[in-house]
Amino acid sequence: MKRTVFKNPWLPYVLVLPQIAVTLAFFFWPAFKSLQLSLFRVSPFGDKMTFIGLENFSALLAEPEYYASVVNSLVFAGSVTALAVGVALVAAGLATQKIRGLAIYRTLLLWPYGIAPAVAGIIFLFIFHPSYGVLPYFLAFVTSYEFNWLLKGWVAMVLVVTATAWTHLGYNIAFYIAGLLAIPSSVLEAADVDGAGPVKRFTAIVFPLVSPITFYLVVLNMVFAFFESFGVIDAVTKGGPGHATEIMVYKAYRDGFIGLNVGSSGAQSVILMALVIGLTVLQFRFAEKKVTYS
Amino acid sequence: MPRTSTLWVAACTLAVFTALGLAGPTPALAKTEIHFWHAMTGQLGDSVNELVRQFNASQTEFEVKPLRKGSYSETLTAAIAAYRQKNPPHIVQVFEVGTQTMMLSGAVHPVHQLLGEQGIKVDWKDFIAPVVGYYSKDGNLYSMPFNSSTPIFYYNKDAFAKAGLDPEKPPATWKQVEEYSKKLIASGAAKCGFSTGWPSWTMVENMHAWHDQPLATKRNGFDGLDVELLINREFGVKHIGQLAAWQADKIYSYGGRAGTADPKFVSGECAMYIQSSALIGGFTKGVQFKWGTGQLPHWGPPYKKATSIIGGATLWVMKGKPAAENRGTAQFLAFASNTNQQVWWHATTGYLAISNSAVKQLEEAYHFVRNPDQYTAFAQLTGLPVAAPSALAGKKPVPAKPERVATANSQGIRLGNFVQIRDVIESEMENVFGGKKTAKQGLDDAVAKGNGMLKEFAAQNKQ
Repeated sequence: MKRTVFKNPWLPYVLVLPQIAVTLAFFFWPAFKSLQLSLFRVSPFGDKMTFIGLENFSALLAEPEYYASVVNSLVFAGSVTALAVGVALVAAGLATQKIRGLAIYRTLLLWPYGIAPAVAGIIFLFIFHPSYGVLPYFLAFVTSYEFNWLLKGWVAMVLVVTATAWTHLGYNIAFYIAGLLAIPSSVLEAADVDGAGPVKRFTAIVFPLVSPITFYLVVLNMVFAFFESFGVIDAVTKGGPGHATEIMVYKAYRDGFIGLNVGSSGAQSVILMALVIGLTVLQFRFAEKKVTYS
Repeated sequence: MPRTSTLWVAACTLAVFTALGLAGPTPALAKTEIHFWHAMTGQLGDSVNELVRQFNASQTEFEVKPLRKGSYSETLTAAIAAYRQKNPPHIVQVFEVGTQTMMLSGAVHPVHQLLGEQGIKVDWKDFIAPVVGYYSKDGNLYSMPFNSSTPIFYYNKDAFAKAGLDPEKPPATWKQVEEYSKKLIASGAAKCGFSTGWPSWTMVENMHAWHDQPLATKRNGFDGLDVELLINREFGVKHIGQLAAWQADKIYSYGGRAGTADPKFVSGECAMYIQSSALIGGFTKGVQFKWGTGQLPHWGPPYKKATSIIGGATLWVMKGKPAAENRGTAQFLAFASNTNQQVWWHATTGYLAISNSAVKQLEEAYHFVRNPDQYTAFAQLTGLPVAAPSALAGKKPVPAKPERVATANSQGIRLGNFVQIRDVIESEMENVFGGKKTAKQGLDDAVAKGNGMLKEFAAQNKQ
């Protein structure tokens, strides 16, 4: 790689300044604020603040709902990532075959990404709704089991996972299509000549070659599921039934903005931040070793 | 030379600014703006705008600017954020569960004080006690009641007829609700018996009040901050346990929080529904079948019958505004609560009229005779007889005598962190209805959690 040499020693710093300013203002400052709030008991209007040390944290750790939200987050983020990345790889594999109308399929596959999470949530709500949904109507012909996500936690979880994974699909597919097209056809043809079937070709050649993309998408989808899946949950289940779909970021929002308990919400944000940083570091440490970059 | 040019530039600038200043509008003509943040959407939002338009047209000094800030929670959060930035709106609409938070916030200008300072006399005695009581401390009103409703019983008359039930007689007891539900389901008139909106408000808070049972210690929190919930006692466990059992038989069908169960009634899936009286207007426009209303079902003896409690929102005045602006705020509040405005507001939105003189005016105009459903809510809240008196008396409306009055258990609820507590109660109701917990377990957990939140609130407000 070619190193750029600046004549003026200050110029490189000036050039990165906007990015650093944005990072400081929108990432470090809020993170610092959360850390600060997590150590205080704050009245709803913010005029009374008492330093209480780690009391917000100890109160949280004594709360069974909090552990439930951690488990929910892991289940949710894990399922969303597996579903969104897995289905995307299959769909991208199909969309790189030599078939008629390829451009149309590819365009259609990208569409879900253009839909806001809250809107996606509403669409799935209409499909799944126990009173007026299409899906329960047809399921009733097959089984007498009631898929009522208003009361059954696992159905609600399946619903929000599916809706969220669906919104990520387009993004993941775009990356996979690019990755698959970058695989030289000569390599695949050589494998063909050696007598490798489609499955063998996929496991021995395609999958290792797109592994950098898979790794990138897994990290990104994880983080996305932890932080930005708020819209779907708020539009569909609001964390219910019970606390079955209350993931950490949603609980932090509800306690902070609806419940006006800013201190606890701050503490939850700090833990969430630590957890996601930890997860990402772990992924880089262990998963990246299995990634082939060239 | 440089000095001369600087002077010249300065002179020119001054001249330009002076000219601009002269050409600009005369400041003396500007109206004082009063900012009013609310959470009303759809037809209700239009009604708020119309009310404001009428006020702005009624005088020349002030201009009220209404602004919808989202849901109740979002409006409150926005007002708090603005208060912390030292630029709050003059008036903010806050839902009833936020009352204790607002009262103790130190950020509000109590309405009784504001109107007193401005020399505006309001006859508080004329206002309906259960409404004013909910928002008063030591007999003084803290926020102006704006939109008040109470849960009532709705039923599908067509389904009743199909099931061989009398379409003019809604069930009065829970036993009848069960019996009617079975008939409705067996005859194919409906898929489920009944559903509910706002689960905690209708099935826990109001059921306790209606049966004269305490919801919390210290007169439901009116007498202090060291409060504990009492919803896991015999009555609460019995009622929630019964709902859970009925859920299994389709007699009851849980439809989610807030208004998400509305489609169950509107679509005809459930033949009976318990929801806010504020939906009368919407149902009148949107429901395809014949429907009627009744008072909430009761379990009968040994429980007494008291009154139901209100829901809805009030207008809070934020403190720290100049006296000249406060005068405008006070005038707007007085305008919004005068008898004529109340009559209009009630007739347009379906929210309750809250002064006796407004109710009298409505009676005299035969409003309740023509709109018996709107009488249902009013009667239930104030303990009046079931049938509208003017309908009984034939020609001349006779003021009815209350059969019951609000008790310490039915006057209202004053809990800190109530928004979260309601959330906890509804989560546990879902756990019970979903079969994850028994009624006793669920309510015990709700009480334990709720009590923790009440303690937290007391700690926040002790400092």
